[in-house]
Amino acid sequence: MNPPPVRQARSALSLWGERAIEWIIRLCGISAVIFVFSIFLFVFLEGAPLIPDLNWIQVIFSPEWYPTSRSNVRYGVGAMIIGTLSVTGLAMLFAVPFGLGAAVFVSEFCGGRLKETLKVVIEMLAAIPSIVWGFIGLSVMNHLIQTWLPAPVGLNLFNAALLLALMSVPIIVSIGEDALKAVPDSYREAALALGATRWQTVYRVLLPAARNGLLAAVLLGVGRAIGETMAVLMATGHAVNIPTSLFDPIRTLTATIAAELGETAVGSPHYRMLFLIGLMLFSITFVVNLLADLAVRGVRRQ
Amino acid sequence: MPRLPLSRHLRATLWLSGCLVLMLGAGGGCGAGASRSKPRPTVIQNIGSDTMVNLAQAWAEAYQGVAPNLSVEVSGGGSGLGIAALMNGTADVANSSRHIEPEEEAKGAQRWGIKPREFLVGFDALSIYVHKDNPITEISMEELHEIYAEGGRIDRWSQLGITNIPNARTDRIIRVSRQNNSGTYQYFRDVVCGKHTDFKLGSLDMNGSKDVVELVSRTPGAIGYSGLGYRTENVKMIPVSPRKGARAVLPNIATTLDRSYPISRPMFMYTPGQPPPHVLAFLEWVVSPAGQSIVERIGYIPMPPKEAAP
Repeated sequence: MNPPPVRQARSALSLWGERAIEWIIRLCGISAVIFVFSIFLFVFLEGAPLIPDLNWIQVIFSPEWYPTSRSNVRYGVGAMIIGTLSVTGLAMLFAVPFGLGAAVFVSEFCGGRLKETLKVVIEMLAAIPSIVWGFIGLSVMNHLIQTWLPAPVGLNLFNAALLLALMSVPIIVSIGEDALKAVPDSYREAALALGATRWQTVYRVLLPAARNGLLAAVLLGVGRAIGETMAVLMATGHAVNIPTSLFDPIRTLTATIAAELGETAVGSPHYRMLFLIGLMLFSITFVVNLLADLAVRGVRRQ
Repeated sequence: MPRLPLSRHLRATLWLSGCLVLMLGAGGGCGAGASRSKPRPTVIQNIGSDTMVNLAQAWAEAYQGVAPNLSVEVSGGGSGLGIAALMNGTADVANSSRHIEPEEEAKGAQRWGIKPREFLVGFDALSIYVHKDNPITEISMEELHEIYAEGGRIDRWSQLGITNIPNARTDRIIRVSRQNNSGTYQYFRDVVCGKHTDFKLGSLDMNGSKDVVELVSRTPGAIGYSGLGYRTENVKMIPVSPRKGARAVLPNIATTLDRSYPISRPMFMYTPGQPPPHVLAFLEWVVSPAGQSIVERIGYIPMPPKEAAP
């Protein structure tokens, strides 16, 4: 066997190497926490000086957004909150049935090559940059909606919701499919043994069993839709407006930040207000992610 | 909280200009003022108005042919940024689509001892665009005010007597505007809505002059404002009258210069005090017929020949 001195030298070296690597891994793990926390802190500190100066009831409920007014500056984001919620809600109305349907199809009803092809194509859909979606909304969908639907203007709630639905479907499909795959095969075998049809298996056995995972898939889709900026900036029409129909132009919180932050004087109240809008978005996505996380925990417990 | 006159691209610009100032200071001994008095016949820094950035770029390119050993570096960021850069010595020439404001001038005089000199270099006219199928023939400033300003009473085309726009699907006037910190937005607000009035909520706020025209060209019920140079064949430019009943005119060179077109504004270039010879030569070329022909080609209004002669 090897003589002892060599072994000692190697172990000293490997001890140090191991320590170093351990530290690097630890740093990687902590860095995510540090980044999230410092981003939150940065956004909060940029916006914070304005918090006591605002009439918060007016900010949240008033649609009057006049940050650069000469005579009467008003920071009402009510219309934008409604805009964000309505476009996300409508997008989910399109995306959830399609996304979950596709997840069930990919996971249960097709096999072999078709399954692999579908998965690759759906993942490609997720890889399309949002600016490209926005461009499609601005040129193609704008024209189609204007021509075929009773819409006075092609850039509207419906256009943006359709884009957001297309953007969140791949997320819902791939996470939903994972959730269905996680249901043990013994469930399917038991259902088969009881004489259940494939549809009965899906409807009565798999969907309830994968419920939490599917909920997490939907919530992550919601998170994607709320946070989306470029596509909605280009496709909503960017109008401060409380929508009364599907074809009304709207404005979202994210698009407002994107459109205005670039030309705002650093440190001005307008600048701080945009950071406070960022803080609102931060809180909304935090709640959505928290719900998704709780749903996934529910899955694990099962 | 002091409102800093800072704007887009500004961290990068500031860092860059900060470094430039440091370098100049180190080289010239007593800072920007001293180094400016020596001719530096290589680069003219030209910063300012986004409205004028295409024009300034075209001037810079054409001037290469006039003075090959001199280059003009153009960047945008807004009139306010340009004037601020001028005051702290990082710009040789500032572009501005408005007059310098008294407080800006006072700040410059107090902090840097600079008294900016103004050069009128052309005019910009904002056109009113509608869809090409819209039968409207003219519009007055009062009507524009009622359409665009907060509290204005005109929301429907029928109130203007327009009832037969093909494919509009609605009687509602779809207002197209600009994002609220653009210079064009602020100019249109001051002239059409009034200095102390805001825009009506619910307009579609586009992020560029070209986007406004693009959207209007696709939307039969829309109205929008944008630069004269952004006209395409899919939109209709409508004549504007200063008062209801007065003669309505289209924006062009003649109506801008005789001030019968109500929505036009001068474009300026500013230098910090008397410019050094190479900068003065550039500005003289800009207002010469050669420079002014570029103004017309880019889509703005050149100055009349008597003013243009150096």
